[in-house]
Amino acid sequence: MSGTSAEHHDPSVAFESAKLGVWTFLATEVLLFGALFTAYTIFRMKYPELFRAEHAKLDRVLGAVNTVVLITSSLTVVLGVDAIKRGKARLFEACFGATILLAAVFLCVKYVEYGAKFHHGLYPHTNLFFSLYFMMTGLHGVHVLLGMGLLSYVIVLSRRGRLSASYYTPAEMSGLYWHFVDLVWIYLFPLLYLVG
Amino acid sequence: MSHGTATSRRTYLAVFAALLLLTVVTVLVSYVDLGLWNAVVALLIASVKASLVALFFMHLKSEDRLVWGFALVPIAFLALIIFGTLVDTMLR
Repeated sequence: MSGTSAEHHDPSVAFESAKLGVWTFLATEVLLFGALFTAYTIFRMKYPELFRAEHAKLDRVLGAVNTVVLITSSLTVVLGVDAIKRGKARLFEACFGATILLAAVFLCVKYVEYGAKFHHGLYPHTNLFFSLYFMMTGLHGVHVLLGMGLLSYVIVLSRRGRLSASYYTPAEMSGLYWHFVDLVWIYLFPLLYLVG
Repeated sequence: MSHGTATSRRTYLAVFAALLLLTVVTVLVSYVDLGLWNAVVALLIASVKASLVALFFMHLKSEDRLVWGFALVPIAFLALIIFGTLVDTMLR
């Protein structure tokens, strides 16, 4: 690699660099959530009875519904990126719009769940299990919220005619982030709702 | 950079169907008491789902070794952190 300025302007090099940048960011995200997963593992092994009793208080049907919602939102992202690769900007915007809508559904379900827990006197300070539950799902919820903002921004870019079949880097990169948010939930759901 | 094709859309739908099926399976299994195996089965299914998302939705399948390195090294570090902390707290 000579690192000339021409190379930096080469679209395919720029795409590869952006991709590595996103994967690097995701690596730091793995370790951010990883700290909480580590805490979960340690306390789960230290207090198995507490976790078994407390996890039963979560609504696994609502948790499963939210899992399906997030998986579907990942599907609409890949279909959206596929659409913009074929130059179909309107279809792309519809797909990413659907993802944002599904993300909103996810957060609404989460709101209902939190409300029900508070109603039954279950707060982050109630016990170790609920501390971890609120911390992990809360941090994940913040990521969902940030993702909604990010995807909205990419839709705006597309509305302004900035994306095309030859330049769709923002769509692909925000998609990678969204799939990561889905990945975290794929582990949170069984660990918190199913096996406690 | 790859181009959108009908084949890749069919793959996406197949992966989506598999993810839904695995979600149903993991919920159903959670109602059966298998003792310690409940956690093992749940984590195994979650890992299959995570691999499907990474390989096909995040296109890891068609990436070169550099991207694979970026994807796997943090997971190795996480495993090391969990293992190290476990050893420390359990043998204290």
